[in-house]
Amino acid sequence: MTIEDPELLAEFVIESQEHLAEVESELLTLEAQPDRVDTALVNKVFRAVHSIKGAAGFFGQQTLETLAHRGEEVLNRLRNNEIRPTHQVISTLLAATDRLKGLLDNIEDSNNEDVSEHVIALEKLLKNEADGQPSQQTPVSESQTTADQEPCDAAKSTTSKSLNQKTQQSSNVLPRIRASGIGEEALRDFLIESCDNLEQIERDLVSFEDDPTSESLVNSIFRSMHTIKGSAGFLAFNNLERLAHACETLLGKIRLGERQLESSICNLLFATVDSMQKCLQRIEQDGQEGCFMDDNLIEHLLAACESGYDAGAGREGDFTDDKVIDPMLAACEPGCNVGGAGKKESDLLAVNECRELQSDASLFAPRADQPVDSAKSTAVQNSSADETQVKSAADSTIRVDVALLDKLMTRVGELVLARNQIMQFTSSLGDSELLNTSQRLNLITTELQEGVMKTRMQPIGNVWSKFPRIVRDLSSTCGKQVRIEMHGKDTELDKTIIEAIKDPLTHLVRNSVDHGIETPSDRVKMGKPAEGCLRLRAFHEGGQVNIEISDDGAGLNPAKLKAKARDRNLITAEQAEQMQDHEANQLIFLPGFSTAERVSNVSGRGVGMDVVKTNIEKIGGMVDIQSQVGRGTTIKIKIPLTLAIIPALTITNDGNRFAIPQVNLLELVRLDGEDAQSGIEWIQGAPVHRLRGRLLPLVYLRKLLQTGDDRDEVAEAINIVVLRADDRQFGLVVDRINDTEEIVVKALSKQLKAIPVYSGTTIMGDGKVALILDVLGLAYESNVISKERDRSLPEASPFNADASIDQQSLLILGTSDGQRLALPISQVARLEQIPKTSVERANNQEVVQYRSEILPLIRLAKFLGLKSHEDPDDPQLNVVVYTEDARSVGLVVDRIIDIVKTTLEVSCQSRHQGLLGSAVIQERVTDVVDLPAVIRQLDVPNQAAVCLN
Amino acid sequence: MIATKESQLCTFFLDDQMFGVDVQCVQEVIRYQEMTAIPLAPNAVCGLINLRGQIVTAIDLRMRLGMSNRPEGKLPMNVVVRGNDGAVSFLVDQIGDVQEINEEFFEPPPETLRGASRRLIRGAYKMKHRLLLILDAERAMHVSADDR
Repeated sequence: MTIEDPELLAEFVIESQEHLAEVESELLTLEAQPDRVDTALVNKVFRAVHSIKGAAGFFGQQTLETLAHRGEEVLNRLRNNEIRPTHQVISTLLAATDRLKGLLDNIEDSNNEDVSEHVIALEKLLKNEADGQPSQQTPVSESQTTADQEPCDAAKSTTSKSLNQKTQQSSNVLPRIRASGIGEEALRDFLIESCDNLEQIERDLVSFEDDPTSESLVNSIFRSMHTIKGSAGFLAFNNLERLAHACETLLGKIRLGERQLESSICNLLFATVDSMQKCLQRIEQDGQEGCFMDDNLIEHLLAACESGYDAGAGREGDFTDDKVIDPMLAACEPGCNVGGAGKKESDLLAVNECRELQSDASLFAPRADQPVDSAKSTAVQNSSADETQVKSAADSTIRVDVALLDKLMTRVGELVLARNQIMQFTSSLGDSELLNTSQRLNLITTELQEGVMKTRMQPIGNVWSKFPRIVRDLSSTCGKQVRIEMHGKDTELDKTIIEAIKDPLTHLVRNSVDHGIETPSDRVKMGKPAEGCLRLRAFHEGGQVNIEISDDGAGLNPAKLKAKARDRNLITAEQAEQMQDHEANQLIFLPGFSTAERVSNVSGRGVGMDVVKTNIEKIGGMVDIQSQVGRGTTIKIKIPLTLAIIPALTITNDGNRFAIPQVNLLELVRLDGEDAQSGIEWIQGAPVHRLRGRLLPLVYLRKLLQTGDDRDEVAEAINIVVLRADDRQFGLVVDRINDTEEIVVKALSKQLKAIPVYSGTTIMGDGKVALILDVLGLAYESNVISKERDRSLPEASPFNADASIDQQSLLILGTSDGQRLALPISQVARLEQIPKTSVERANNQEVVQYRSEILPLIRLAKFLGLKSHEDPDDPQLNVVVYTEDARSVGLVVDRIIDIVKTTLEVSCQSRHQGLLGSAVIQERVTDVVDLPAVIRQLDVPNQAAVCLN
Repeated sequence: MIATKESQLCTFFLDDQMFGVDVQCVQEVIRYQEMTAIPLAPNAVCGLINLRGQIVTAIDLRMRLGMSNRPEGKLPMNVVVRGNDGAVSFLVDQIGDVQEINEEFFEPPPETLRGASRRLIRGAYKMKHRLLLILDAERAMHVSADDR
């Protein structure tokens, strides 16, 4: 009996793969605690394997079935504590799981595959452990196996005794499940699944009535019923299980053609479905299936299996539809306490008789398993107390095709574009009503966009779930002991990004185990615990997702890295000398770099860290590495939440508009008037700009894109977009900076993919197309980063790198009477020139409007009690902007002299408020300003927090 | 895109030469659209068009076939063609009728046809008064950086 429906088969494969994914992680958990076998967990695994087995048999996948069956037997022993979850046992089981996966991947051909190796290995486990144990299989597995494999045979032999046996077995399982607390979730899943299944059965039954010869329909019904049976048994809903079992038996007969689907049987089946639905409702409401009896129905079902049973047969003289269904419904009424075991069919008469039956039944002694029932049901009741308010569980989730979501996402993208267009249109029209409407459109679009994005979000745990297995296998191959810890599994990412980071993350995890963590003996020598720890952490921060992979292994050895890089001519000896440790660590991202002394079968085979880096950068992410010798290595990855809609800066150059992703943007610098000429200096033809004392290489977009002639015309103002690519900064000189905007990224067409400076296209608010610049590509093309050489050398630094640790950069200010003041530059956010006319007063304090906030101004010289001779002809004020905790303060100074990097030694303490003391800087005595003290003095933060709107 | 026994071709003109592509793969024909220039793109790629939310790359067939530039002030038409890797708009001088043609009048190009055209022209249909050249649309779309 095989099923040819490819859709069903595909569903089976997906479902089984999901099951196996769970099995894997659970087996690992079992192995981690060999002394205390978590029965609930074993049961979970058992159940998963069991469903695979059942379904496989149903689909005629004998190979799969055989393998799953053996696995199930081993698990059964495990469950009965006849086998310990030793390394060997778990390994064998894992290997079998892998094989099952392999078979599933190639389902068409699976029957021709050879699994004897695994079957033998599993059987060996059974034999070894069976010494001293009863050599027979336990009743449970036997009866279940037969029931699954040959439903008709089992049906014949199914007596009330075997039913009871099963019932007892499963009710033993139950308290253990409840006690371990998997109850709530499992219950919920069960309810959703079973409701789905029942609905399916109902639909199939209707079609089946019209087409009683359809094999696929009866198979589908059988399968759904079987699933319900399995789950019900597992969760110890005994009545439900027995009912399902009886029904399955009947279905088995029908399937084999031994019974015809007459209307009476059909009605019986419908009645069963109804009864089950009621039962599920009760379970959902109060966590117990209720103790009404389905025995009548069951006996009917069993009787129907016999060839003699039909509507006209004497045994069922007055058996009609209503009479079956009505008593069922009546029995399902809340409060109904029918416990009549062993009632005869003849009791099933008319509705009023059934009412009598109810009252009779209350006299019956509680059934044997009832105490158990009520004991566990209290547990369930607690856990499901809040569920009663929630909508019916089955209604709360649906499965959606990913293609549909993708399509939806595209549409939303288009809606965002249309919204942008309308917003632009509206602002030019100035109609207030239109404005209101478009504001609402704006709001709804944003919410819709967020909602749709959310549907595509998946927890990163989906990728991580396979890591414990990888780590386990790897560490045993390498002879290491590694524990894996995962934090932030629920952190969500767009599906496309999840796909994209899967391989890089796997590589990093492998690397950490293979190269990072030392062998137990080495670790003990170092005074570390023998077991190494690999920690995965994920969290959201600033619209990005951070992923950290850290190990407490040997760490990277900068000296070794440098030597290796020199050997391979990746860097020069001189570079190596100047390189700091942090930079040396970055060397591992170079193409063709591997420190592994020997190539193991695990890593070091070429697909290196450079690929990891490239792949992560491809999706707009960044990788950083931190390491301490002997302490471990941490790799930090930052990736955007989504790729589809991103904030971007739009600029114009030679009449062309371009978008620059905001993630790459550091700041915008505008050089006006005189600065436009003096602000750009040249080093042998390479333009640079001094940005806070550091040389920022400049790239002219015009030259790079070859859109204009190489004219050095004197512009009124120069706009520099400061960008970050890799660890470098560079300034992109553009004609005009427009605005920031949410843009919908569309892929480049095939003709344009080869151009490195573009990463995509988008449609702007006015409906025109704009190209998205690829900042990394720009950096490569303009040689800010060179392709062959080191990608990791530091930004060109005019200072001696070696001593830089003790040094700090100081901003040197001059007062008009020639006194010099110094300010640590790390405290300075920006240097600004503000027109005097824009100074306003608020709260008895000079303020200016600055970036749509109120910036309080402090006249530094005045504050320090120094004489200040402001140049009355200068229309500008020099303002040093200091930012802390998102609050800014502006210090008005007379003159900015220089920025120097020096070792700060404050020699004589100052008694003056706001000064730290004096130091000799550039051979001149300079007062060092205590900036925090200045700000405290004014208690400005309170005022500065007010926002302009 | 191979013309079957009886097939319909969407025809257009470049200079005075008549070309055709299978009507099945033509998404639409539209008048001149404003385009976004693409610096650094191959010469034949002249811009990007927003076609109701779909971004389409425009390829000038004159450039592609190594013909002279379009006379100043003459605006091209867009023939939007679906290819294996998305749609592309071919810029042509003028649109002709849809022609029904029969396989038996087809002939491959002569050996003397050289240059870019050789790869892009499948052959010719001998019509009463003129030749109708069959454009290999898929190849015409495939503009690589070398063609710059």
